[in-house]
Order: sequence, then C-alpha cells, then structure tokens
Amino acid sequence: MSSTSVSPSVNEDSLAAERAGGQAVTISGVTAGYGDRAAISNVNLTLQTGSLTAIFGPNGGGKSTLIKCIAGLMQPWSGSINVFGAPVGEYAKRVAYVPQAEQVDWSFPISVDEVVMMGRTPSLGPLRRPSSVDRDAVADALQRVDMLDLARRQIGELSGGQRRRVFLARALAADPLLYLLDEPVTGVDPTTQEKIMNLLEGEAARGRTVVATTHDLACAAQRFHDVVALAGRVVVHGKADLVLDRAVLEETYGGHLVPLPGGGVVLLDDPHHAHGSHEGHE
Amino acid sequence: MNPIDFLLAPLEYEFFVRALVASALVGVACAVVGAFVVLKGMSFVGDAVSHSAFPGVVLAYLLGLPIILGGAVAAIGTALGIGALTRRSGLRADAVIGVLFAGMFALGVALFSSIPNYVGDLFHFLFGDVLGISFADLISLAVLASLLLLIVWVLWKELLFATFDPLGAGAAGLPVRRLDDLLLILIAVTIVVSLQAVGIVLVVAMITTPAATAQLLVKRFGQMIALAALIGVTSSLVGLYVSYALDIASGASIVLTETFAFLVALLITSIRKRVRANRAVAQESVR
Repeated sequence: MSSTSVSPSVNEDSLAAERAGGQAVTISGVTAGYGDRAAISNVNLTLQTGSLTAIFGPNGGGKSTLIKCIAGLMQPWSGSINVFGAPVGEYAKRVAYVPQAEQVDWSFPISVDEVVMMGRTPSLGPLRRPSSVDRDAVADALQRVDMLDLARRQIGELSGGQRRRVFLARALAADPLLYLLDEPVTGVDPTTQEKIMNLLEGEAARGRTVVATTHDLACAAQRFHDVVALAGRVVVHGKADLVLDRAVLEETYGGHLVPLPGGGVVLLDDPHHAHGSHEGHE
Repeated sequence: MNPIDFLLAPLEYEFFVRALVASALVGVACAVVGAFVVLKGMSFVGDAVSHSAFPGVVLAYLLGLPIILGGAVAAIGTALGIGALTRRSGLRADAVIGVLFAGMFALGVALFSSIPNYVGDLFHFLFGDVLGISFADLISLAVLASLLLLIVWVLWKELLFATFDPLGAGAAGLPVRRLDDLLLILIAVTIVVSLQAVGIVLVVAMITTPAATAQLLVKRFGQMIALAALIGVTSSLVGLYVSYALDIASGASIVLTETFAFLVALLITSIRKRVRANRAVAQESVR
C-alpha cells in the first residue's frame, strides 16, 4: 500500500503551494506571549514550501510559542501570520501539530491505533465513521514508523521513543501539507531519532513543509536543511550549518556558553540534561 | 422472604418503579458525561456546577416556575462563566471555580432562608428524593438522557480528540472551545436533571465515581464509557433496593453502592498488579 493512496489529488496540493508563491509560512512582525510577558517580539520569518526547518534556542526563547502561533493555538498580540497565503486556520485540516510529550496525558485510556486515527478525524467531519480508506491510512502510517505490531497497545505502555513515533504516525495519517512538531526528537534513542528524521526528510522531499523545535543542536545541524535561532527574537535564519557558528551560538544562548581552552565552546543549557525525564518549560 | 419476593415486592408500588427507571437513566447519563469529566480532570467543575444550581432551584420554587428550568439556567450560566472567567482573568481554573461555587451556593442558602419553615424541603433539595419523582419529571429525564447520548454518539470522534489532545485538535481545525462549552452545557444539564434523584451534594459522585471505577479496569475510551454506564445503572438499581430494604435515603444509598464498586475495583487492580509482579519475579528466577 503506498502512502499516496491516502493523499488528496496532486492538483489540490500544488494549488495550495502555487497560491502561496512557494511560501508555506509568512510571519510578519509577530509579538506573542503569556500573561503580560512577551515570549517572542517582532518576529519576521518566511518558510519556503518543502523546507525542513529546526527552531532552536534557549528555554524561554519562544520556540513553542512560535510553533503554537503558526498552529493557531495562540493569538499573536500584534503582527500577522499567513499559512499557504491564507490566514491561520484556513488550511487547518492540512496542518498537523505534534505537542510536546509532556503535554500528553499518557494514562488516557486509548490505544495506539485510536490515536493515529485522530489524524483522520478533521477531514472526516462529524457523523462519518472511519472507512477502509482511513483504516488503511492508519495502518500505513503505523507501518512507516515501525509500530504496526503495537497498534492495540495502550499508549501508557510505550517507551519514550515509541510515544514520539505514535504522534508522528498521527501526523503522517493526516497527510498534511505543513508539519508543526514541538520537540519531536527530545528524549528518544539515536535509532528512533534516525527513523523520525528519515521520515521528515522524505516528507520535505515530496514538497511538504516541516518545522520542528529542538534542543538537539547536533540533530539540527546534521539532519535539518534550515535553522532558525530564536532567543525572544530571530537571531538568524539560514542554512543548518549556522548552528555551528560560534557568533550565532553566543548571540542565541548568551551566558550559557562557556569558552574552552583551545578555542572551542561548550553550551551549558538544558539540552545536555534534556533527555529522559526533562520537562518542557516554555 | 425469598430473594425473588424481595425483588418483586416493591414493584407493586408505582412510585418505586418510577424511581427505578429514573435512577437507571440518571446512572447512565451521569456516567457517560462523567467519563469526559474524569479524563479532563474536571470533577471539581461538576461539584461547583451542582452547587451553583441551588439558587436557580430555589428561585424557581419561590416564583412557582419549573424547578428544572431554574436549576438549568443557574448551572449552565455558572458552567460557561467558569470557562469564560478562566480564559479572561488569568487566574487558575480551581480558584475561579472555588469562588463561583461558594458564591452561588451562598446565594442559594440566602434565598432559601427567606422561606418560612424551610427545613424539611432543604433536605429534599440537598440530598434528593427519587421516590418522589413525578411522571412528568421522568419523561423530561428520559428525553434529556436520550439527547445527551445522541450528542455524544454524533460528536464521538471530535469529543474524544479534543479531550485527549486539545492542542492537536485545535491545530487541525476542530472547534475545541465550542466543544468545551458544549461539554460544560452537557455536564450542567445532566446534573440538573439528576438533582431530583441524588440532590445537590451527592450528584458529583454519580458523575465521577462510575467513570473513575471504569478507568481503573479497562484501557479503551469506548470500554470506559460503556463500563461506567453499566456501573452507573447497576449501582442505581442496587442502591435503590438497599435504600428500600434498610429504609435509608435513596441518593446516599446509590452513591454508597457506587463507592463500594470503586473500592472493589481498586482491590482488583492492586491484586492484578501484585500477581503480575510475582509472575515477573517467578519468570526471572526460572532463568
């Protein structure tokens, strides 16, 4: 079974892309935050259709806030965001958002395949029950993340890496044009990280736009195409190897950067103890 | 008296049959709504909404209007007020709930104390009297319970998605806020139609206990709702018979039966855990 069997027609997809003139996400002058504290100020950013972008930066730098604004989960205080040339929400059914693992209730009585079927819910609409097409899409997505044999497990019985893969499968099953992923590789083993990144790279290669926040600078540098350094504002937006630029790191992380004898630097920010039981604080 | 006579004897009274049907309906409705309440961590909201129905009930009583109508307006108003105030005030939900809960209940008490010789009826409002339910009340209870089940059936996928992962559902374009408000309205309506049976103070148990019991025992949302409904109905029927046999308040009897079921489920899960742990240890030592 091929993944294209669950896609809408190619025409519709290229239409959305064309309408946007190759720009998947356009952010102009966005300021947003919680309470009276701005997490991001005056952010201007354009993400091209088919790009694979990592957003990195210190805790409290606004990574999750930015992702939530693009997903329409937070209203910016000022500025505007367009997704595929339309206001946020217009193409909501073609946007898949994966929350941080900490934001999910893992004791919820629900099985792996039921979670993945949620990816099909928005396009089904009320009253309509899932058809064989939807069940095939779910099986296909589970196959792609190597979890078909765990389909009937309750989600609380999964390991950290498996939990991330379930949510990635849910996003794949929705067949979105835009992936918004909050910490998709945090707390996962290297093999799972490799698997997740291969899938995301494949999605970008077929014209889907992928945006992910991450603490993992090595992953950002090696596996993503573009990066955005975010420290309350956009420090830089460019090719992935910018992550390894000392000036960029210094400006992004400020005092968390410690110079080493011999000219290197070491970053004393959460990423180094972000694995395992780390809680997101944004 | 043999057991069959014990079960059949009270059925000769029409009021007892009405009470059986009514408490079964209340048991199902509360348990189905309760599954969402428990999974969203909203038990305290249920408690607040039931207490906030009090001033509405008293006012309707004073004005000679249908009591269900007064209770529903006050309960729905408070339920939606909790949602709106939490979003706007920046306060945590539990603080908003605590304030509205106590304020509305105090208003009810103040109104009630203005009625001369109120003590007898107060017990009825606070603790329910399912044996006194009228045929008209029974019909409205049946209609509202069916409507509730229909809404949950129609919006099953959407309610499940929004309950499990409100962020993912919102990003995918589901109207999460409207689904939340709908759920609050369903909670309020269910509580108000259940007041007759178990009263203001105990109705939160009808909502929380069967769903919490079911969550201990099963691992799927569909199974949880079905089992919660089964526990709700069975406890209502058993509780009503117990109340008849021991001549104790029906609402308290039903809630105590549910609490007993919860304790049994707790015992089962702890035994199950111990058996699994022992089996794991045994397998380890075989190796």
